[in-house]
Amino acid sequence: MAETMILVPGRSSSQGTSLNEGKLKDEYKKVTSTAELNEKDMKRLKLKDGDKIRLKSDVGQTVVTCKSKKDEELPSGMIFIPYGPPSSELMASDTAGSGMPLSKHMEVTVTKAR
Amino acid sequence: MSEAAATNTPAKTKEENKNIKLVNDATCTFCGCVCDDMDLTVDTDENKITKAKNACILGKAWFFEHTIDHERPVAMIDGKEVSVEDAIEEAAQTLVNAKFPITYGLSDTTCEAQKQAVAITDLIRGNIDTTTSVCHGPSGMAFQGVGEMTMTLGEVKNRADLVIYWGGNPAESHPRHFGRYSVMPKGMFVPNGKKDRYIVLVDVRKTKSAGVANEFIQPKPGKDFEILWALRALVKGKKINNSIEKETGVSIETLENLVDRMKNCQFGVLFFGMGLTMTRGRHFNSGALLSLATDLNEYTHFVAKPVRGHGNVTGADNVVSWQTGYPFGVNFSYGFPRFNPGEFTTTDLLSRGEVDAAMIIASDPGSNFPKAAIEHMHKIPVISLDTKPTATSKLAHVAFATSTYGINTSGTVYRMDDVPITLRPAFESPFPSDEEILTAIKNRVHELVKAKRYRN
Repeated sequence: MAETMILVPGRSSSQGTSLNEGKLKDEYKKVTSTAELNEKDMKRLKLKDGDKIRLKSDVGQTVVTCKSKKDEELPSGMIFIPYGPPSSELMASDTAGSGMPLSKHMEVTVTKAR
Repeated sequence: MSEAAATNTPAKTKEENKNIKLVNDATCTFCGCVCDDMDLTVDTDENKITKAKNACILGKAWFFEHTIDHERPVAMIDGKEVSVEDAIEEAAQTLVNAKFPITYGLSDTTCEAQKQAVAITDLIRGNIDTTTSVCHGPSGMAFQGVGEMTMTLGEVKNRADLVIYWGGNPAESHPRHFGRYSVMPKGMFVPNGKKDRYIVLVDVRKTKSAGVANEFIQPKPGKDFEILWALRALVKGKKINNSIEKETGVSIETLENLVDRMKNCQFGVLFFGMGLTMTRGRHFNSGALLSLATDLNEYTHFVAKPVRGHGNVTGADNVVSWQTGYPFGVNFSYGFPRFNPGEFTTTDLLSRGEVDAAMIIASDPGSNFPKAAIEHMHKIPVISLDTKPTATSKLAHVAFATSTYGINTSGTVYRMDDVPITLRPAFESPFPSDEEILTAIKNRVHELVKAKRYRN
């Protein structure tokens, strides 16, 4: 079953360190392909750490690995992912005349990837 | 008998035999903190940094991972190794023959290189934009709209007794911001450091930064403008409707307490991140925060400052501003600079498919731009300058591998509070600097443009 959630890409320590190793290296790809979800949301969606999920926006889709976060750290209905090619895949190009695409507040549907 | 025993001196270990150089007070250019207190140990045999005293986790990765990749060609055309001269010729021809060329990136290189990039764009009547447009570009627009109550980080260190972080996670993006500038340091008017300061974090996620905060405020996503505007009203003594809590997730009581603290502090600071600029509202969010800081100066001293990302993104704003009059999104097609975010910003230009050549310097839009923009980059000739292979250098028609600023080359960078700092490089690189490549392209472009003008 697909659920709509808010995707918030951002920086993380491991994204920063792996970026320095090289953006074409495996570690960077792994870090930027791991999304954090609220633990209760994961339970409801019958997901466990390491499962693959498909995130879909109006402009694209991507498959990433999921990892649970405590309820107090990440609110229900929100997904965090370190900036990288998977989050860009979901980003619309409209900037509303500002030059800035909506990069941190993207509506996505979440389903378990087979 | 070994030589060491024969001369009665202890045998040197492999480590001791190495040629080691110490570089004190070097500068880390990974993030906008631009910490200039790095003590580097450099193995000059292998040309790599082995120790980086005072560096944070990101700084260590920056210094240790930027080694010399001898396998990487200095210049390539369509993936094949060529001479630097041939690549410069091809880059210059590509730019001069394009109808709508753009220059983009610039946040991870020196001011001296940025200056050359502006000159090239001026000569070819192109469009220049920096990574600011997808970072704090909206804040740049807000500065023009409502102004900026500004300061240096030194003032924050010595004076700030109320520090509010809004929409950012410096613990992971700028790890030394707390320790070096804003939370922990003992200052002239805050002699007990953190004990003399009150720290507030406002964010939609309870990040690692919440660990240093005395108070954590967690709004609903996309409700920053509403909260900031409510705070402005409260500062001015207006009443707020009770629906604010349902709308934003933050109670009136929390907002009133925060206003009370803000009005009664000695020196307050609002540091804001891309949680404001990359969400609904964009420049209106930044403008609301900057207006709040301005309003508070009726009662006390209050300042605001965006927490900038890449090492010299602030320098890019400064250089492009002093050379064109505008900070980013500048177009020279009429022969004079024009500024219009949305029209002359790179995401828009690429996504709409308007440009026919692009020179990308020290950034990777091929990986982090929206899909439509990346698709267009695959259709046009791209010239890239970067220290490491990226998605952008992979798709580039002409790709230059350049040396790393701050590690291999000197120059000037601007800290996030607009303080310029001179870099002390650690070791030489066989790769040319961005400035050298851009200067060579500029000189050739100048010749070609001149010849074209006489022909016409």
